[in-house]
Amino acid sequence: MKLNERSLAFYATCDSPADNAGFLYKRGERHTAYHRRWFVLKGNMLFYFEERDSREPVGVIVLEGCNVELCDSAEGFAFAIRFGGTKSRTYVLAAESQAAMESWVKSLSRASFDYMRLVVRELEKQLQEMRRGLAGGCGGSREAAGPWKPKPSGLEQSQERLPALPAILPKENGCAVWNNVLGADRPPGSSGCGGHDEEASPRPPPLPPRRRVSNGEAASAGAAVAGSPSTFCRLHEQYSREVARLRQDWQQRQRGPRP
Amino acid sequence: AVLKKRLVKLVVNFLFYFRTDEAEPIGALLLERCRITKEEENVFSISFIEEPERKYCFECATEEQCQEWVEALKRASYEFLRRSLIFYRNEIQKMTGKDPLEQYGISEEARFQLGAHRQ
Repeated sequence: MKLNERSLAFYATCDSPADNAGFLYKRGERHTAYHRRWFVLKGNMLFYFEERDSREPVGVIVLEGCNVELCDSAEGFAFAIRFGGTKSRTYVLAAESQAAMESWVKSLSRASFDYMRLVVRELEKQLQEMRRGLAGGCGGSREAAGPWKPKPSGLEQSQERLPALPAILPKENGCAVWNNVLGADRPPGSSGCGGHDEEASPRPPPLPPRRRVSNGEAASAGAAVAGSPSTFCRLHEQYSREVARLRQDWQQRQRGPRP
Repeated sequence: AVLKKRLVKLVVNFLFYFRTDEAEPIGALLLERCRITKEEENVFSISFIEEPERKYCFECATEEQCQEWVEALKRASYEFLRRSLIFYRNEIQKMTGKDPLEQYGISEEARFQLGAHRQ
């Protein structure tokens, strides 16, 4: 499958700050030898380079629909990125210290676009409720929709001009669904067309792209998961249980085998 | 340039394209550091910062569809999502004096820091 590799490589090496970076050992696919590589996490993309100053990455792992877990293996500080699906590969990585491993597992666990989207939706909802509360009724307050232009990705423009949230539901774009950590089976969105036209109303705020959920279609568990307020709390409970379990594992390993 | 009919799917920050009768995509574009431009009627293009002259052009069936794609693609990047998050976080903090991410234990995460990711 073709990919815009040059753009990918540029994204990997440009000066936008990384969410994590450092040396990790990566186990080979066919041979189990580990190779030391320089890893750079940007958004939901985990790039790896032969050397820290290599001009382009050797490879990239797209962190959607995966689980990050500790390894049972004897190798110190090892963890795995596991993808679902029969043909998918598991990436086994090892850090050089306990602290590095913890830091990587934490940042990789929350690197997916889906996770970000959940957080954004939750905050959006909170803000919407707050504003509705302030206005004392439905409709909410709305600042005059100034000449706000949707910003092209990656280009620097003043952020401070983002308008207030509208009272109407935002437009949803059609998008196919990617398997995600929550495991819900979702129907694919259609391509090529978005939701109904809302050109008549003031421009919507910078909301993240959404799956199509309209008029009863796509009424799956997945759709419910994305929408409900308790979902986010559940998700975090899930994460905190996972982190607690990992922490327990690490501590046990520190103590060594029981006498 | 010849126009080829493709099935196009936006999934997270990737734009996949398929031959209309195939299940596996022919290719994908990572939508980071790119510019979405409305061209002539029914047409939009995607170009990347490091190679602005090279445009990936898409012709839609209708102008309405074209506008929808432009809107959707402009918001499709992870970086856009991140900026939205930082914006909302900041707004809520201004209104309540509290960091909304604190209750989830993620306020110290590098990826959520204000000003850390201006490009």
